[in-house]
Amino acid sequence: MFEPVLLKRTGLPRSETIGVYVENGGYQALRKALECSPAELIDLVKRSKLRGRGGAGFPAGLKWGFMPQGNADNCLCVNTDEGEPGTFKDRVLVEKDPHQVIEGVIIAAYAVGAQRAYVYIRGEFFLGVKRWIKAIADAHEHGYLGRNILGSDFSLDLTVHRGAGAYICGEETAMINSLEGRRGEPRLKPPYPAQAGYQGRPTLVHNVETLANVPHIVLRGAEWFASIGTEKSTGPKVFCVSGHVFRRGTYELPLGTPLREIIEEHAGGVPGGRRIKAVIPGGASTPLLTEDQLDVPMDFESLAAAGSALGTGAIVVMDERTCMVDVARRTARFFAHESCGKCAPCRLGSVAAWRILEGIEAGEGQEGDIERLYALCDGIAGHTFCPMGDAQVAPLRSALDRFGDEFRAHIAMGRCPNAA
Amino acid sequence: MAGTEPDRSRDDKRSMLLTALYVAQAQHGHLTHQAVQRVAERLDMDVTEVFQTATFYSMFRTEPVGRYLIQVCEGLSCHLAGGAEKLLEHLQKRLHIKVGETTRDGLFTLESVQCLAACGSSPAMRVNDTLYENLTMDQVDDILDELRGA
Repeated sequence: MFEPVLLKRTGLPRSETIGVYVENGGYQALRKALECSPAELIDLVKRSKLRGRGGAGFPAGLKWGFMPQGNADNCLCVNTDEGEPGTFKDRVLVEKDPHQVIEGVIIAAYAVGAQRAYVYIRGEFFLGVKRWIKAIADAHEHGYLGRNILGSDFSLDLTVHRGAGAYICGEETAMINSLEGRRGEPRLKPPYPAQAGYQGRPTLVHNVETLANVPHIVLRGAEWFASIGTEKSTGPKVFCVSGHVFRRGTYELPLGTPLREIIEEHAGGVPGGRRIKAVIPGGASTPLLTEDQLDVPMDFESLAAAGSALGTGAIVVMDERTCMVDVARRTARFFAHESCGKCAPCRLGSVAAWRILEGIEAGEGQEGDIERLYALCDGIAGHTFCPMGDAQVAPLRSALDRFGDEFRAHIAMGRCPNAA
Repeated sequence: MAGTEPDRSRDDKRSMLLTALYVAQAQHGHLTHQAVQRVAERLDMDVTEVFQTATFYSMFRTEPVGRYLIQVCEGLSCHLAGGAEKLLEHLQKRLHIKVGETTRDGLFTLESVQCLAACGSSPAMRVNDTLYENLTMDQVDDILDELRGA
C-alpha cells in the first residue's frame, strides 16, 4: 500500500499550524536545501523528473533552469487559482497543510534566486486566504521567511494576492496580468514568464501541488521520487474524485495508478452497481473516456495515448444514466461564462456552441446541429490566443465523437431519450 | 546613473488595485461610482481603467446586492452528485425569490455559480465568506434562521 506523501499530515488535528508541521518533520528540507547550491537544487529537481501538477505537466527542473541566474528582479508566483471544474486538491493542500507549500516556495525561490514571491489565490477561497496569511506570518516569526532565512544570506518575502472570480487567471500570463492589477487576459508568448513576467521581471510560476512536492524531493532524494510512478511520470499525485462514486474526495496515489483502481477500490465504485458510461480524467477541459478505457494508467503519457490528458487529475465519474448532451451543455456553459473575451473564436464560439447544446437539450435541436458543433470545434481549436480554446473543444468534440448517437437521438425525438 | 531602472512606483500602486477594490466594496456592499473614483485617485489610475478592470471580475459588483450573498454551486460534479438543484429549489422557496434576485428586505441575494472547488462535498453553497459543504435542507434552514436573527 502506498504511503501518502503530500496528504500525510492532513488528517492530524490542527494540521495547518506551524507547530504541527515542525513536529512532523517540517522545515527540515529547507535547512538541507540552504546547504546546497542553487545549481545543485535545480539538478536535483531535474533528476526527480517532477512535472507540473497544474495541468500542463511541464518539467519543473527545466522551468527552474530557464530563470536567468543572478538577476535580483527574479520572482516566483504560486498559482492557487484552482478553478478547473472537478478539481479541489490545491484547496485541501493549502487549507490543511500550508507550510508544506511554503517550504516548497522558499526552496524553489532560493534555487532560482528569487527574493520576492507572490501567492495568487482564487477569490472564493476565503479559508485558504486566511490560512495563507496566518502561515506566512508564522513562518516569518520563526525565521523561515524574511531577511537572512535561518541565518543564511538568502532573503524572501511572500505576499498574498486575492483574485476576484475569473477562471482564466489560472493561465499563467493572465494570472500575472491580474497580479499587476489588470484585467486577467492572457498575454502573447514569447516573452515567457521566465523572461518577462510580473512587472517585466523574470518569473517562475508554479502550481501549489508542484511546490508541495519539492521539500520531499530535497529530503528523500531525486531517486526516491523518481522511483514512484512511471518512468516519465514520476512522484505522487493527488487525484480528486467526484460524480457518481461512493466516496468522493482526494486520493494521493502514484502517477500511473490505473483509473479503474482509483474509482473502484479507493472511491468505492459506482452506487447501485450501475455501469460507468464516461469519465472525465483530468478536469473539465480534458476529453472524455469511456467504459472500455478504464484500465488506462493515470499518467501523462498513457492518457495522451488514450486520446485524453492528465490535466489536474480531477476524475469525474458518470454512470449509465447520465445524459451526455446535458454534460456537454453544462461544460459549454462554464466555458462560455469564463471566456475572457479577448479573442473572437473563444468569445463567440463558446457562446454559439452553448446555445446549440441548450437547444438540443431542450428538445429544439435542428438538423445540422451536430455538423455546426463540429464546425465550431474546428473554428475554435488552435485559433485562440491561449489554451482555453483547446480546453473547451476537447470535452465537446470527445462527447460528439463518442456519444454522437445520443445527440442525434435528442434531435430526432425532440427530447432526452434517457428521460422516461 | 540608474537611468535603465524602470520606475516601478506606479506599477506597484496598480498591483494593489484588486485589494483596494475589495476594501472599497466592503464599505458599501458594492462598488459605488464614488468609491471607484477614490480608488483611481489613490492608485494614480484612470477611472475608466479601474472600471474596466473591476468589471472583468465576477466578485466585484457595481450594483447593490443583499447583505448575504448566497451562491449555490451548480457545476457538473455537484449536479451529478445530486442535491444541487434541490438546494437551489429549496432556497428559492424559502426566500421567495428566484435565482438572480434579492429579497425585498435586502437581506439575501441568491445566485447559482459554476464551481466552488467543493466537488467532493456537494451540495455546497457559499454565504459571503463562508463555504458550507455536505448540506442537508435542515441545515440550510438553520443557517437562514441564524442569518435572519443576526
